[in-house]
Amino acid sequence: MTDAQPPRGTVTAGDGARAASPAAPRPRRRATDWRKRLEITLLAGPAIFVFVGFVIFPVVLAGYYGFFRWKGFGPATDFVGFDNYKIIFQDSAFHDVLLHNGFILVLSLVIQGPIAVVLALLLNRSIRGRSLIRVLIFVPYIISEVIVGIGWGLMLQTSGAVNGLLDSIGLGALKADWLSDPSIAIWSLMVIISWKYIGFAVILFLAGLQSIPSELFEAAAIDGASYWQTQRAITLPLLGPTVRIWAFLSIIGSLQLFDLVFIIWGQYVASTAGTSTMATYMVANGRTSGNFGYGSAVAVVMFLISLVIALIYQRFVLRRDTDGALTSGKK
Amino acid sequence: MTAIETRTPLRRKRQPKERQPWGSPATYFVAFVFISLCLGPVIYIILGGFRDNSQITNSPEGLPNPWNFDNYAEVLASPTFWQQVGNSAIAAIATTVGVVVLGLMASFILARYNFAGRGAMYSLFAAGLMFPMTVAITPLYILVRDLGLMNSLGGVILPQIAFGLPVTIIILVPFLKAIPDEIEEAAAIDGTSRLGFFFRMVVPLSLPGVVTTGILAFVASWNSYLLPLFILSDQASYTLPLGVQAFASQYSVDTAKVLAFTSLSMIPALIFFTLFERRIVGGLTGAVKG
Repeated sequence: MTDAQPPRGTVTAGDGARAASPAAPRPRRRATDWRKRLEITLLAGPAIFVFVGFVIFPVVLAGYYGFFRWKGFGPATDFVGFDNYKIIFQDSAFHDVLLHNGFILVLSLVIQGPIAVVLALLLNRSIRGRSLIRVLIFVPYIISEVIVGIGWGLMLQTSGAVNGLLDSIGLGALKADWLSDPSIAIWSLMVIISWKYIGFAVILFLAGLQSIPSELFEAAAIDGASYWQTQRAITLPLLGPTVRIWAFLSIIGSLQLFDLVFIIWGQYVASTAGTSTMATYMVANGRTSGNFGYGSAVAVVMFLISLVIALIYQRFVLRRDTDGALTSGKK
Repeated sequence: MTAIETRTPLRRKRQPKERQPWGSPATYFVAFVFISLCLGPVIYIILGGFRDNSQITNSPEGLPNPWNFDNYAEVLASPTFWQQVGNSAIAAIATTVGVVVLGLMASFILARYNFAGRGAMYSLFAAGLMFPMTVAITPLYILVRDLGLMNSLGGVILPQIAFGLPVTIIILVPFLKAIPDEIEEAAAIDGTSRLGFFFRMVVPLSLPGVVTTGILAFVASWNSYLLPLFILSDQASYTLPLGVQAFASQYSVDTAKVLAFTSLSMIPALIFFTLFERRIVGGLTGAVKG
């Protein structure tokens, strides 16, 4: 695990050496240098400009406005120090929101991960119509959150299709108020999230399975390993890096969840139904109520939470993947 | 290496299908159940548009009986719908072009030039993956407002390009690194400048990666909700996701029409994706392998 560090360092040093090494006569080198610099500026400049202007700058700006009580007009002058942050951490609504986000994060991993691995293993066997199956699995992921929200919202209404279906197959006793009962609503949200995003996990895992060299399976077959032995000893360990990347994307996605909740529950109902997230809290208490300073502070808190979790994850989980995919799964 | 890797599954699939054996029935059964679950709600939305409101109220889970084409006809005849399709198309196409052009140029520099700040520049873009738009949305809104781009598609397109760049660059850099140095040297011997090499060799050779990133950018823009919600408040500038939501709350009693509007609005992304599905899976294979 620790030998991941030295190679990276060496590569950088090598690059530097190579850049400095051309032994051309001096004046000419200066001319090519100048030209190279122009090309770099010309080609990379626009991307850096747009990226810094619309990604980095707003994030920095959020950090600045977070220290002000500011309604969004004119310069921010009412400096309040860390007051916004104090309010955030004392607000019980924010505690709820953290709890919901944590719940969604853990359950997304626990529900989608195992199901997606099993499905990917099944679909990776040679069966007919595999490419069609792949397209169909991806459909929920391609559809926009608005459509998913409206469609599921209508289906899960008290007078909607789900309750109607339960009635007509004789399970009327299971009918429930899927969206507004606080003890059920977040489970409904989990069903919708799993439905929408599991296709992405399956496709990602299928892509990971395809990159496992087939020689390994042939060798296992020659050694007389059964199908399940092969999956356990070869496929799952080698799929490890893909699963870890998926988990990372899923964690970041869970922390930022906004669209589905906002569309299905709207900005005020979400908190009473117990499905509000950090992002809906930010929009409801920031822009909607005109408190841009406070909204910025919530954004900063959200960013820091995501950053800390991402760094911890990269440090302790993703790092083993830098050793190279073939060796990482083994002890 | 990545480029080769992505092409293999494509070629394998184009071969005649005769060699593909039928697998076990259990596999088909599981696949069938899973796909039914995936498609069920989508089919509910599409079929719901063919019913009328009394049918939906009386039996929300039933099938259209009789089939009713008025809802779809009305939506297709409404200028609002087509205006929103147009707005979404402009935003998605401009975003895609911007992301691909800027991303390819920057990736070329990152993949094939040696210079002092290269590592820092790559980390800068890679760090962008950690800044989802949700975090930056409040100040982004203020920035766009100060630039005078409220209610204009430009105010949606520019930030979308910026937030699309990290993924694009991370997918494209391996593609460009995989182009052998010999090709570049040969081009240099033939008297092609580095920029000439970029336009004549790099652009065509990196096409598979470009298509993948282009589709991702297009679909993301077509479906994007949060940014338009903040930037576009004037009905005339609405993109489809905002339009669908506005329609759903405006006609909340006319469920059938809402369903028709909703299903029509998902068609373009579905078609676009179906056409290029293999490219996306191929590009993801490359990305997963890093």
